[in-house]
Amino acid sequence: MQKILEKIPSGDPLNDIEMKKTIDRILDENKDIDGATMVVLNGLQEAIGFISPAMQVYVAEKLGEPISRIHGVVSFYSFFTTTPRGKHTIKFCIGTACYVGGINQIIEKAKQILGIEPGETTEDGLITLELCRCVGACSQAPVIVVDEEVQGRVKPNRFPKTIQDIKSQEA
Amino acid sequence: MAYFRSHVLVSIDPECVKKGAYDLMDALQDELVKQGLVDEVQVLETSRIGDPETEGPDLMVYPESVHYSNISIEDVPFLVEEHFLKGRVAGQYIHEAKESLDEELSAPKAKEVRIVLKNIGEIDPLNIEEYIARDGYLALGKVLTEMSPEETIQEVLDSGLRGRGGAGFPTGLKWRFIRNAEGDQKFMICNADEGDPGAFANRRVLEGDPHAVVEGMIIGAFASGSHQGYIYCRAEYPIAVRTMKTAIEQARSFGLLGEDIMGTGFSFDLEVRMGAGAFVCGEETALMASIEGKRGEPRPRPPFPAQKGLWASPSNINNVETYANIPQIILKGAEWFASFGYKKSTGTKTFSMAGDVKNTGLIEVPFGITLREIIYDVGGGIKEDKKFKAVQTGGPMGGCLPESFLDLPMDYEALGQAGSILGSGGLVVMDEDTCMVDIARFFMEFTQDESCGKCTPCRVGTRRILEILTSICEGNGKPEDIDTLRHLCDQINENSLCGLGKGAPNPVKSTLEHFLDEYEAHIYEKRCPAKVCKSLIRFEIIDGECTGCTLCARNCPVEAISGERRKTHVIDPDICIKCGICEQLCPYDAIEIK
Repeated sequence: MQKILEKIPSGDPLNDIEMKKTIDRILDENKDIDGATMVVLNGLQEAIGFISPAMQVYVAEKLGEPISRIHGVVSFYSFFTTTPRGKHTIKFCIGTACYVGGINQIIEKAKQILGIEPGETTEDGLITLELCRCVGACSQAPVIVVDEEVQGRVKPNRFPKTIQDIKSQEA
Repeated sequence: MAYFRSHVLVSIDPECVKKGAYDLMDALQDELVKQGLVDEVQVLETSRIGDPETEGPDLMVYPESVHYSNISIEDVPFLVEEHFLKGRVAGQYIHEAKESLDEELSAPKAKEVRIVLKNIGEIDPLNIEEYIARDGYLALGKVLTEMSPEETIQEVLDSGLRGRGGAGFPTGLKWRFIRNAEGDQKFMICNADEGDPGAFANRRVLEGDPHAVVEGMIIGAFASGSHQGYIYCRAEYPIAVRTMKTAIEQARSFGLLGEDIMGTGFSFDLEVRMGAGAFVCGEETALMASIEGKRGEPRPRPPFPAQKGLWASPSNINNVETYANIPQIILKGAEWFASFGYKKSTGTKTFSMAGDVKNTGLIEVPFGITLREIIYDVGGGIKEDKKFKAVQTGGPMGGCLPESFLDLPMDYEALGQAGSILGSGGLVVMDEDTCMVDIARFFMEFTQDESCGKCTPCRVGTRRILEILTSICEGNGKPEDIDTLRHLCDQINENSLCGLGKGAPNPVKSTLEHFLDEYEAHIYEKRCPAKVCKSLIRFEIIDGECTGCTLCARNCPVEAISGERRKTHVIDPDICIKCGICEQLCPYDAIEIK
């Protein structure tokens, strides 16, 4: 365990002073509560955007848990990711109503425009595509979630605008 | 407390937020300041009002109950001047009920009874005082000061309330188990991990009436002798998590949670814990493992949670909707509650209607109502007046029921006998354009992906079923596949550890039983009757119908369509991925699926 922490990869959040502070704050605030692992990992995923292998080792050490248990939890839940995501995330709801409502067409359109598969990030690191479980907005099917924002009744021909909006936000 | 002559409720839900509801609230507030009305009119948040087709967020003005829709920031100065300064209703913004709209919060339909949903859209969920003004926490006061724990349990038992998460276990009985269980510490848990695709009732209750859940949990805690509770909410519901946290803080500051509640000496506190995207965590033992900070894997029962649950202490788990019923039962009495319903299923049930039905959205109906009444009377029938094919109840562990089951009175038992489940109340209506083999494959893909992998029948069995279904959909099905599927279904159902595995074969079993002809068409004729399965269909442009408008070519994701403007276009079958976008878009119905 020590060994991994001695040679933290250069781009790791643990090597960034601000991010390291955030990680330590989340750990300090929650490490003594019952069932801390999930609370800490949820906090890290939200604040940092992913939980790198080195971060998992760091969490294990701070919580006094074996690394296998922390990694076991990280790999079990689909919300936890171990690699950085793009600056923006587009999630496609693959719940029943969205499936019946034609979400696959939207996914095809996205693949065509961005040239990446769900689960991948564009080369410029701007957009990550993800599939997600039912977001509970079934009456608006098909539904996509752009960052935190739910967009319903999405149409394939109107989808390019969503990507344009993201790009113009950044421009 | 300040007195306001008017309250403006702004609809805040994921969609309205997207449409700028928060900016609208700010604009309203600014305009009220400008007009000097800020001490007279209060701007508040509520959950969704109105339908999703509207362009802007909706407003509800009380006490006059005026519903404005399509409000944008530009409308605000005029609206404030007319309504609040001059006292005239601004007619052009009045919400007009449309034929086919989201019925989530319009007046209840004739066959509806609203118990769980009664406050939703009516009150500001972020303000405890509004809940209290509608008899909130009155039931808690009654229980703590006038009733013993045993009397409370008896009242809930007499009401006949059964678990709304789907299993239908009598709630009062569960509480009695916890009361009688040995242990210094007992936990009260709320299962808010509404993972079934197609169900969203719990989300609306958590977001729209959080205190009803909190109150129900405190009453349950008092009855069963618990002093600590957890609400386990899925990570896909960030607004619900935020609302519940606010509700808990407010209840604490009002002395309704924490030490010595209402000065009666009873103590109970609550915490929200978040999941991280694992469907299996809706299973009670997996849920508890997740709260403990572990992988959310189920374990064999017994011991049941009532004996050894969270951190090996006796624990009670109820669903959001179950808890939300409790205050009403205590206030109005068991007899009143039991007057709704059918046979052994008393009270009401919320259903989340989605799919090919005209009025999608949330409804609450008494048990005993038939599927036909739900789909046609409340739901308005099938979209575009197409033919009904099946209704899928109870999420991915439920079954698909054909037309012959539409007159079945809905209760826990009847649905079970029909080969489906009530589950969390998801109803996905499917029309004639749905391929039942493809739907079975879709559900199996879901359960296969969400299977935690702990027990073999579920881990391997669902994978095997998925492989067979995929090969049938791709036109490679063999006659013996049907028997293999039936065998696998039985094996998985009998030998799996938890409800996920036991229920996983239901979509396959029910479609095999009711839609065998579709399986046979795929296997023997290599034909998909609903024209859905990509390997068995091809798209062609009809010569003579095509006007060469280029709409399809411009929207094809793989550029498989070519042709000159104003001339008939052609689809290259080698490039076409059969996504169907062209067929949907074509204004001249010139694209045919063969």
